[in-house]
Amino acid sequence: MRSLFSRELRSRLGDSALVISTGAATLLVLIILAIIVGDVVHHGAARFSWEFLSTAPSQGMTAGGVFPAIFGTVALVILMTIAVVPAGVATAIYIHEYADRESSLTRLIRVAINNLAGVPSIVFGLFGLGFFIQFVGVGIDRTLFSGHKVFGQPALIWAALTMAVLTLPVVIVATEEALRAVPRELREASLALGATRFQTVIKVVLPQATAGILTGTILAISRGAGEVAPILFTGAAYYLPQLPWQPQNQFMHLGYHVYVLATQSPDVDAGKPILYATVLVLLMVTFVLNLSAFVVRSRMRHRFAGASS
Amino acid sequence: MSNGTAKASMPPPGQVNTVLAQVEGRVPRRRSNVPAWHHVAEVMIRVLALTAIAAIVLIFAFVAKEALPLLFSDNIHHEVTLRQMWTAQTWPGYDSAEHIWQPVSNIPKYGIWPLILGTLKVSIVSMLVATPLGVASALYLSQYASRRVRELVKPAIELLAGIPSVVLGFFALMVMASWFQDTFDLDSRLNAIVAGVALSFAIIPLIFTISEEAIGAVPRSYVEASTALGAARWQTIVRVLLPAASPGIAAAVALGLGRAVGETLVVLMASGNAAITSASFTESVRTLSASVAAELAEVVFGGPHYTVLFFLGTFLFVITFGINLMGDFAIRRMKRKLGVGL
Repeated sequence: MRSLFSRELRSRLGDSALVISTGAATLLVLIILAIIVGDVVHHGAARFSWEFLSTAPSQGMTAGGVFPAIFGTVALVILMTIAVVPAGVATAIYIHEYADRESSLTRLIRVAINNLAGVPSIVFGLFGLGFFIQFVGVGIDRTLFSGHKVFGQPALIWAALTMAVLTLPVVIVATEEALRAVPRELREASLALGATRFQTVIKVVLPQATAGILTGTILAISRGAGEVAPILFTGAAYYLPQLPWQPQNQFMHLGYHVYVLATQSPDVDAGKPILYATVLVLLMVTFVLNLSAFVVRSRMRHRFAGASS
Repeated sequence: MSNGTAKASMPPPGQVNTVLAQVEGRVPRRRSNVPAWHHVAEVMIRVLALTAIAAIVLIFAFVAKEALPLLFSDNIHHEVTLRQMWTAQTWPGYDSAEHIWQPVSNIPKYGIWPLILGTLKVSIVSMLVATPLGVASALYLSQYASRRVRELVKPAIELLAGIPSVVLGFFALMVMASWFQDTFDLDSRLNAIVAGVALSFAIIPLIFTISEEAIGAVPRSYVEASTALGAARWQTIVRVLLPAASPGIAAAVALGLGRAVGETLVVLMASGNAAITSASFTESVRTLSASVAAELAEVVFGGPHYTVLFFLGTFLFVITFGINLMGDFAIRRMKRKLGVGL
């Protein structure tokens, strides 16, 4: 049989087979994305309006909007960002600008970052309950509030801190990538002019790396808006009549709202339009955030690629 | 790339910081110019850099701490012991010893095997779908696609990665489950296949990204040598490129598996959550992660059920930690083998 196919024909057949199969796989992935987005937009658009974004749910979640969930999500990611960005940026600066790459501490930090990124999100939820609420929160209550339950229960602040731990690797990795892209000559020039290492980092390196820090922050916010498992036991609530103005309040959350509406609603069909519209809001938030992170990052890459050639 | 020669004259990246440290040490500097807060800030950086290590240690310590009474507390041993969780028990009303997970019945039963089986079933389905799709699309984009196609597909896959798992769970619950049931005439709407396929949507981007990086890290000279020897393009890809990138692809699969085992919301919403021991993939399953998510809100604080759920969490942590360490190891080995810096 071998002689039937010439060498050239065989190579062409093999190439076509590989192109078609891998191309089909890529196409299938795109189709999956298109179906999910298409279905959500198709069913969600009907109920989506300014009123939906700006009013509270009513009539047992079958009418009204999602404003409290949007408010709670924003409050959560703001607190989370305040906690995670300084810690993440400092870690990236330390491992890239200060530490000796081969030192065992640097290696340990890297192993910790990689493994932190792989910890199941539900374990973060257990951690938030066991550490932030039962240990830190109860501890605060015992010392400051003579045992009254103020911080020793699920709350916005504990959910935000749990989410900050979850998103820490995202910020570190994005910041480090940006630091790596800053040309070494800039640091050398700064040091040669007599600047200390810290002055070099603050005045020369970090300004060049802001795009990367921004990327990491945006991606972290996107995770914080959609991740549900870590906040299940640490502060998210099904329905609240009041907005969470204090860190010890519970809060409503877009992702959690989707989960509750989809699984625990007494009348799924009546709530379906609201559910789809809520998913549409959540999906729009995460898409806008992820796309802007993508744009910021590719601009950063282009800039440095242009500078070095 | 025109900067090949410039690169060769630089010291390897690992030495840069050491070189800078030497330069810094030799140049005399007037300390008075440096404000005091700089030193404070430097100390802060060093302390904050330990956050990741502290986090991983605290996570394990505080999750395991709540599970510890399972080993030592007599109160808990009245209801469940670690040994009972792992061995078949003879329950009233059953003929033979069986593994059963029924924590909220009159006689609570904490057999862990149905949950492990459920987790395995969902993970297997998701990996069987995600691995070929992720690796194949990485291959297509890096080898065949034009620049324009690449610039369109990459952000699309990034978007897929950005879809929150609760949305994937919602989609599986509302759309996929009905479609699968109607198409394949299944008894249970929510089952291991629906959950596994939905879960694979979360894992495809992960496998894609790491595989693409691994394929891109294979030195050009490998491909050029193969082409020069007269190999066709597909022969080069199948016999040279893929084997060279295989540790990276193995890492991608390992990290994908870690994600599959730990992912919660998709399985919580789409698997049906029935802890059934059977070999069938079209029956409902209950996974380890979904059990924790579904049950913890209603348990007595500090009681046997609470302790067992924290044990499940510890177990998940240890399993995923092990899988991720293996993935990490595979990546590092590949980088060393191909001579690529970190």
